[in-house]
Amino acid sequence: MKTLLILGAGTAGTIMASTLRNKLPKGEWTITLVDRAPDHYYQPGYLFMPFGIYTENDVRRPMTRTVPRGIDYREADVDRIDAAANRVLLPDGTEVPYDVLIIATGVHPAPEQVEGMVNGDWRKNVHEFYTFEGAKALTERLKSWQGGRLVVHICEMPIKCPVAPLEFTFLADAWLQEKGLREKTEIVYVTPMSGAFTKPVASGILTRLLDEKRISVVHDFAIARVDAEKKSIVSWDEKEVPYDLLVTVPPNMGAEMIDRSGLGDELNYVPTDKHTLQCKAHANIFVIGDATDCPTSKAGSVAHFESEVLTENILHFIAGQPLRSRFDGHANCFIESGHGKAFLLDFNYDQEPVTGTFPLPALGPMRLLAESRLNHLGKMAFRWVYWNILLPGWPIPLVGHKMSLRGKNIPPKEIKAAA
Amino acid sequence: MPTKTLAGTPVDTDDEGYLVNHSQWNKDVAAALAAEEGITLTDGHWKVLDFIDTDFKERSVVPGMRRLNKVGNIPTKDLYALFPDGPIKKAARISGYPKPVSCV
Repeated sequence: MKTLLILGAGTAGTIMASTLRNKLPKGEWTITLVDRAPDHYYQPGYLFMPFGIYTENDVRRPMTRTVPRGIDYREADVDRIDAAANRVLLPDGTEVPYDVLIIATGVHPAPEQVEGMVNGDWRKNVHEFYTFEGAKALTERLKSWQGGRLVVHICEMPIKCPVAPLEFTFLADAWLQEKGLREKTEIVYVTPMSGAFTKPVASGILTRLLDEKRISVVHDFAIARVDAEKKSIVSWDEKEVPYDLLVTVPPNMGAEMIDRSGLGDELNYVPTDKHTLQCKAHANIFVIGDATDCPTSKAGSVAHFESEVLTENILHFIAGQPLRSRFDGHANCFIESGHGKAFLLDFNYDQEPVTGTFPLPALGPMRLLAESRLNHLGKMAFRWVYWNILLPGWPIPLVGHKMSLRGKNIPPKEIKAAA
Repeated sequence: MPTKTLAGTPVDTDDEGYLVNHSQWNKDVAAALAAEEGITLTDGHWKVLDFIDTDFKERSVVPGMRRLNKVGNIPTKDLYALFPDGPIKKAARISGYPKPVSCV
C-alpha cells in the first residue's frame, strides 16, 4: 500500500481528500488526513457573525461530518515534515511515512507580530474577525457599542480574503444605520496599500463606494505598534490613528510547523510553482490553498480552483508523467456591500477584475464589479454550496478552474497584453 | 515611455519613474534617482540596495518588508529612517527595479 498524506483538513485539504479518494484505487492507496481541530469552520461566515446574520452553528460542523468516507483521519498536531526521509512527525513521536504529501495548512492571524497588539485591550477594544473565537468576541463587543470611532485596519499584505475588511466596513455601516448608531459613529478604514484594493479598476469603484458611505480612508499606513494606553495605532513614520474600537486584520502567517520543517519563506508560506502547485524544493510534495506563496488571493475559491488542477497533476505525478495541468490564478469573490447587496469579482494572475456578466456573456445572471441583490443572494447561497458541493468534491456547474474572458468588459489595451 | 538622462546616462522609465531596463542602471544612476527623492546615499542605504539587487536576481521580485527584516537583517525602523514615506517603493526605484506589486 502507498500513502498519500494530506496535512490540514480545511477547505483545500478536505476537497483534495474527497476528489482523490474517488480517483485513487482503494486497494493501492491509503489517504491519510491530519488536522488538529475537532471542528471544520466555514470561514467566510465569520464576517457575518458580529452582525447577527450567522450564528455559531451556521459556521461550524464536526469533522466527523466533513471528512469524507474511506479516509484515514487523525486528529493531531504536526511537529514537522522530514522531507528528506519522506515522513511527517507528530508531537507524540508517531511517524507517518508518505509517498506523496499535500500541504494544506493554511494561514492564521498572528497579532503577536505587531508590538502592543496583544495587550490588556485585546478582545476588549482591539478585535479581529478571522478566527471563530475572534468573531465571537467581536459579536459581544458590538452588542454594547454606543458610538465613537470605529477603525477597521489591515496590518500588512497578503491576507486571507483581501476584500473581507472592506466587506466588514460596509456591513458595519449598514448595521449601525439599522441600530440608529451611524450618526454617533465615525468609521475609518486604514490600509497599508495605496488605495482601497490592489487592482486599479476595482479600487476606483470601491473607493467611490467608501466615499458615498462617508467612510474616511487612511492609506499607506504601515503599522509599527498599538498604543493601548492612548488607544491609537502608530505607524513607522509616527502617524497616529486613534480608535475607540479597533477591528484589525493581523499579519497572516503560515503554520509554524512549516518553519520548523525548513520549508517556508519569511511568512512561513511554502515556495510553490504557481502553475503546477508542486513544492519547489521537493518533487513529491504539493501545496494548495493559503499555504502557498502563489501571487493570487488567499481565498476559498482559489483553493477550490486549485484542487481541480492539483488532482490532475497528482495523478500525472503518480503515473510518472509530466505535470500537465496549469493553474492560472483564478479567484472569484463576492463583496458584501451592505443592505442586502453585493459585488462580484472574477480575476486571475494576468487579468484584473473588470465589469461584465458572470458566468455567461450578456445573460449573466450575475454582474461583475457592480452592486446587485442577486450577487448578495449568491453569496448567501454559497454556504449551502460549500457544505454540500464543494467539500464533497463535486464540480460547480459553469465555473471551471480556468478563468473565462467571456462576458468581461476588458479595455482593448489589456486584451492585447493578455494574448 | 519617457526617456531621460541621469548622471549622463539615458534611461527609459515608466510613468512613475521606475526604470524599465535594469541594464541602464549603475551606481551613479542610483545616486541621481536618490537625489530625486531628496536622499543622499550612504553605506546604510547601500546595504538595503545591495540586498534588493541580490534578492531580485535570485527571485525576480522586489523583497517585502518582512524579507528585508528576516533575510536581509534590516529592521523596519532603519528602513523608514533611510527611505522616509514608503521605504520599499523608494528603495526599489533607486535600485532600478520595478514598483513592487502588492499581493491581491
